[in-house]
Amino acid sequence: MADRPEGTGRAGENRPALSLHVPEPKFRPGDTVDFSHIEVPEAGMQARPDETCDPKDMRELAYGLVRVLGEDNRAHGPWDPKLDPETLRAMLGHMAMTRAFDERMFRGQRQGKTSFYMKCTGEEATSVAASMALAGDDMVFPSYRQQGILIQRGYPLIEMINQIYSNKGDKLKGRQLPIMYSSREHSFFTISGNLATQTPQAVGWAMASAIKGDSRIAATWVGEGSTAEGDFHAACTFATVYNAPVILNIINNQWAISSFSGFAGAERTTFAARALGYGLAGLRVDGNDPLACYAAEQWAANRARANAGPTLIEFFTYRAEGHSTSDDPSGYRSAQEREEWPLGDPVMRLKRHLIELGEWDEERQEKMDLDAAEHVKKVTKEAEANGILGHGLHHPFRTMFEDVFEDLPWHLKEQAEQAIHERKTKFPEGLPNEGKGA
Amino acid sequence: MSETETRDAPASVHGDTRPTERRLNMVEAINEALDVSMARDDNIVVMGEDVGYFGGVFRCTAGLQDRYGKTRVFDTPISECGIIGIAVGMGAYGLRPVPEIQFADYIYPGIDQLISEAARLRYRSAAEYIAPMTVRSPFGGGIFGGQTHSQSPEAIFAHVSGLKTVIPATPYDAKGLLIAAIEDNDPVIFFEPKRIYNGPFSGYYDRPVQPWKRFDASIVPEGYYRIPLGKARLATEGDQLTVLAYGTMVHVAEEVCREKGVEADILDLRTIVPLDIEAIEASVKKTGRCLIVHEATRTSGFGAELSALVTERCFYHLEAPVERVTGFDTPYPHSLEWAYFPGPIRIGEALDKILQDLKR
Repeated sequence: MADRPEGTGRAGENRPALSLHVPEPKFRPGDTVDFSHIEVPEAGMQARPDETCDPKDMRELAYGLVRVLGEDNRAHGPWDPKLDPETLRAMLGHMAMTRAFDERMFRGQRQGKTSFYMKCTGEEATSVAASMALAGDDMVFPSYRQQGILIQRGYPLIEMINQIYSNKGDKLKGRQLPIMYSSREHSFFTISGNLATQTPQAVGWAMASAIKGDSRIAATWVGEGSTAEGDFHAACTFATVYNAPVILNIINNQWAISSFSGFAGAERTTFAARALGYGLAGLRVDGNDPLACYAAEQWAANRARANAGPTLIEFFTYRAEGHSTSDDPSGYRSAQEREEWPLGDPVMRLKRHLIELGEWDEERQEKMDLDAAEHVKKVTKEAEANGILGHGLHHPFRTMFEDVFEDLPWHLKEQAEQAIHERKTKFPEGLPNEGKGA
Repeated sequence: MSETETRDAPASVHGDTRPTERRLNMVEAINEALDVSMARDDNIVVMGEDVGYFGGVFRCTAGLQDRYGKTRVFDTPISECGIIGIAVGMGAYGLRPVPEIQFADYIYPGIDQLISEAARLRYRSAAEYIAPMTVRSPFGGGIFGGQTHSQSPEAIFAHVSGLKTVIPATPYDAKGLLIAAIEDNDPVIFFEPKRIYNGPFSGYYDRPVQPWKRFDASIVPEGYYRIPLGKARLATEGDQLTVLAYGTMVHVAEEVCREKGVEADILDLRTIVPLDIEAIEASVKKTGRCLIVHEATRTSGFGAELSALVTERCFYHLEAPVERVTGFDTPYPHSLEWAYFPGPIRIGEALDKILQDLKR
């Protein structure tokens, strides 16, 4: 024990010893998984308040779970967004495409075509369905697992793959780690890779939109693990102080690499309940229920557009795969978790709903999955013609020095000359891929 | 274009107070730069702790909320991370934010948003998104501010690729540089040497402060003018040595050289990134001697970079080793502030050392 201040003598010796709590997940590799402690309310039972209501009148929604799709594969209750079959099929299609894309890119990384990839398997609804509830020009500030937004917004897959391969077609000039996309044209902010920094930025964008009397709102996505960052709390404070037209989406997928949600505070309360201390509207939503995801995001968007204030949404979901290609989840959690997850799989749930409605069948589903896989394969081939990581077809050397500043200052000019000199020293006959790449 | 051209700052002339000319202290000059800029561009917004109704703890934003309204000039929560974070988002929207960080010592909670976000936005998005913000912040000591109101963290920012760092030394420069910083499409850290807000500092803390109005560098034209970033100012001209300084230390160096009868090229760098390497090289090659002065701590201070650059580029012109005069490598002390401050004794001894073999 550390020394006590001198002169305090034996005071306090008879007090009980303190102990430190270090959170531990319920299941580790090999453990039998039992998720019966997770309360799953029946679909349709949650009240849907008016979008302009006072946050204090909807406290319970921060602790409950908004669910629309029931065990009977039907939509229930006031949160049913009542989407037409065409929209539902589009939603299913975007989710299937996202999954097919993830499969192919993950494999590409394993084949050495790039350095890194991150799947969003099991979480597709939290980006695809949420994004569908926004207007196409609402500004999104995503984290790194929202590829579903780009796919839903029609960003060309080839641009995504070029970026993942850091090849000569990469609009970002090979500067960013794979999957850190950016598309101004799709109102999609440049992904940082630092965590939660995007959250106050989204609030700032929303404040700017309000300052200018614009009608566009902003939305941001952040993992439950990184809600522990100061940036997230700054975002909540600024959002509430200025009543910013912003949606703060927390993707609670239970795991931050190998750290379970308990290390972000999940043992004590819900993430949606973070909203209450700030006076934000808070919703806790079944993140594997695409209709609930859509309905919650739409509710929050309506609220923001009505100048009624920001909303914090916790999407309760499960990260079915590893954090990225760089970790092996079997080293820290039970493989049974995925199978036992009580909220099911979002793609399956929407598929069954459409079938239940008589608007879909297994054959069409199979064809859709096949078409998606074929399409991704075809586009991957096209992208590979622009090069894969480490095979020479990158952007010219000088581009390494561009965009540090708007103009190239003297010290970067000197360093660019040095880089080009080194290239000529190494490849006196010109680069192996000269004419194709650099 | 004539109004956008750079004008040379009038030289400092003691005691010359031509009544027809407008004389401003540095706070008034900064306030005017904000005013002029906001009137020209309604995308400019000003925010920070106490900057709104109250007008800032140093009064730099006084009157702006009245003139431009609460949605363009507003108080913020005490969260530097949030202030810089929202400024990044506002810049992405298309605004040109000018956040104030009340003291440079408070900037660290916002440093991730500056270093990992603002500084790299243009690069990582291939110029799809930029961060055209100017972060104003009073810095430096000499006001009995203790360790949390006195620091000079410029080297931290100079080390980051993608940030520009500007430090004015006169009211005239403060206005022209701030207007240029606000118009710049890259993030700029604008450090205001608060010791010289009201008058230049001789380095003698026991002498009365001379107000700016006694110096011609306080003659500030009305309206719009800009001083380009990356151009140093020759504060005094001489051929015995070159002194590289910025902010408060320009004036201390001037005073010591004057007292000792040393004829120095004192280069007020004005911006440390981008750096006016041409002016530095030309002067050192002319004089053959170089003294670098800054108030910040010594180890890995910006003086180390300057010393390395001068040695690399001017070695064969040097007639004496490059000297650095800096603050000590301690936190900024309260009661022993003047023992810490790189004042006339430290500078004087360095001058003697550099010039010891010079025939006078």
